[in-house]
Amino acid sequence: MATVEKTKSVEKQKSDVVLNYFRPRKKLPTVWCAGCGNGIVMSALIRAIDKLGYSKDEVAMVSGIGCTSRMPIYLDFSALHTTHGRALAFATGIKFAKPHMKVIVITGDGDCLAIGGNHFIHACRRNIDITAILINNHIYGMTGGQGSPTTPSGSISTTTPYGNVEKNFDPCKLAEAAGASFVARGTVYHTPQLEKAITKALDHNGFSLVEVISNCHTYYGRLNRRGDAVSMLNAFKENSVTTAKAKKLSPEEMEGKFLIGTLHEDDRTEFCDEYQKVVDAHMGEK
Amino acid sequence: MVDTQRTLLLGNLAAVEGAIYAGMRFYAGYPITPSTEVAEGCSRELPKIGGRFIQMEDEISSIGAVVGASVSGMKAMTATSGPGFSLMQENIGYAYITETPCVVINVQRGGPSTGLPTKVSQSDTMQARWGPHGDYTAIVVAPSTVGDTVTETIRAFNLSERFRTPVVVLMDEIIGHQRELISLPKPGEHQVINRVKATVPPEEFQPFRLTANGVSPMAAYGEGYRTISTGLTHDPMGFTTNEPKEIKVKLDKLRNKIMDFRSEITKLRVEMMDDAEIAFVSYGSVSRAVLLAVALARSAGVKVGLVQLYTVWPFPDNKLRDYCQKCHKIIVPELNMGQIVHEIRRVMPPDTEIHSLQRYDGEILTPMQILEKLEEVM
Repeated sequence: MATVEKTKSVEKQKSDVVLNYFRPRKKLPTVWCAGCGNGIVMSALIRAIDKLGYSKDEVAMVSGIGCTSRMPIYLDFSALHTTHGRALAFATGIKFAKPHMKVIVITGDGDCLAIGGNHFIHACRRNIDITAILINNHIYGMTGGQGSPTTPSGSISTTTPYGNVEKNFDPCKLAEAAGASFVARGTVYHTPQLEKAITKALDHNGFSLVEVISNCHTYYGRLNRRGDAVSMLNAFKENSVTTAKAKKLSPEEMEGKFLIGTLHEDDRTEFCDEYQKVVDAHMGEK
Repeated sequence: MVDTQRTLLLGNLAAVEGAIYAGMRFYAGYPITPSTEVAEGCSRELPKIGGRFIQMEDEISSIGAVVGASVSGMKAMTATSGPGFSLMQENIGYAYITETPCVVINVQRGGPSTGLPTKVSQSDTMQARWGPHGDYTAIVVAPSTVGDTVTETIRAFNLSERFRTPVVVLMDEIIGHQRELISLPKPGEHQVINRVKATVPPEEFQPFRLTANGVSPMAAYGEGYRTISTGLTHDPMGFTTNEPKEIKVKLDKLRNKIMDFRSEITKLRVEMMDDAEIAFVSYGSVSRAVLLAVALARSAGVKVGLVQLYTVWPFPDNKLRDYCQKCHKIIVPELNMGQIVHEIRRVMPPDTEIHSLQRYDGEILTPMQILEKLEEVM
């Protein structure tokens, strides 16, 4: 009984923390479907920010277009809800203008990897200190279920009615190859791990990507017979393998599974720091 | 007294000088002929004054970064030409709806598409007004000399800050790549306007509140206000709206904050118009050839004058009508297939004869060609 009470009180504290970060005067509910993973990511992100002790004023949250990109509107930070795919470009302007700010980009698989693909690889290359949270639900949700760059080959969407003939991206591999200095993957099932991954990413000086595997049961789930939100979350549990556990598995055993955890981390120099050195060296010259 | 400020300067670098004078400390851009020297100049000069230069991956991200810097409180600019200007349009529209001050320099070249990278044109005159989709009102200024480029760039920043809106500086290849001996302005010589900042407590602040002059005070990111900017149509708080009433209020605001102050924004140069029976109306580098043609025609006793538009948009309807009221004929020389001439037809009384003089082969209009046209219509 005592344990139940304790659990309840911990849960209450956690949800209280989240409520502290909602934007005053903004009408709820959100535009998201019941059971959408976006809310889980949002609360993990808030807990991470809270744990790191950032003030609300030092955080800027930038997004593009899509279901995911509505997140900054609900939260009590400076928010720039921009054009489709371009969030990282606008975020680069904010970070470069005010390097002491914590700049977080909330993006989806279509926004970040299709229309925004070029900005994504160049933000990685510059290694500018921005944290990108890429919520990957494998489909375009807001426009009603079209195929995205992460829609698995063979999957059904409203624009791949006979099965997707294209290959899908691995955004984590892409980010690492392009020069991002922190790359992690989580899922909306593994919430404590997700919170930890986001905390690490925010604390990292350099470009950090957290890809979050999420559920769009409304479109992807329904079109591909994956069941409701709960069955999709259970599938993430079944199909994910931590980086530690993966070391003990053979390629055959990894077939059909995906890795979660920190996938890459290095300490290469950060863009704003490097530019500041140029300013320090040339300040005041005629 | 020797004027130590006198310097031989490239037009594109004059834009850099004007921008820095006006307080620009952030530049994001992508190389494109014939505007590239603006980026090169900024990359050299900005670190020396603690500013920031970044070469982005394309023009779309360049204007994106400029908007990001501006909402963070910096005066920010980008420069481009034809194809790059086309790419920027969606995010320029974002700056219109989010009422974000910034300056976009377009050093015009021939088009459409890749067109004529090294040749002069004025064929973006309408695009500068109507480029992004949707309803809004644009401010566009056009210098005609290297000296003008300094002052018009300063004016562009002032208008941008004053009205919380993007301003386009419509240069062309001739001005951008010309070197002229000019005097750079001394500190204090030109007024420098800064945006009105938020002063009310954060809980009372409405980032898009309708004010008496239509311009809302602005709060920079990181200064306690935590505002929202969204490209979705929004209410005074910045919250997205689908309410017909609120939508109309927002769109009216975008238009009225500029059109109610049109006489403050429009700027014209008037030469020999007092007794003129025939007027030339021009803008940009073409005005220089017109000025010589007018002088030559005057020495032959022809009553002709020039009205030069330093502000192309909003179009100076009343001022133009006033200056040209005694003219029964107007000639409009342009380096395109006739764009601004339609505005002059719209504004002038129907009995005014209006002649379009066009050149769109990548070459300039010469004073002789302008005189030939004058003879033809006389």
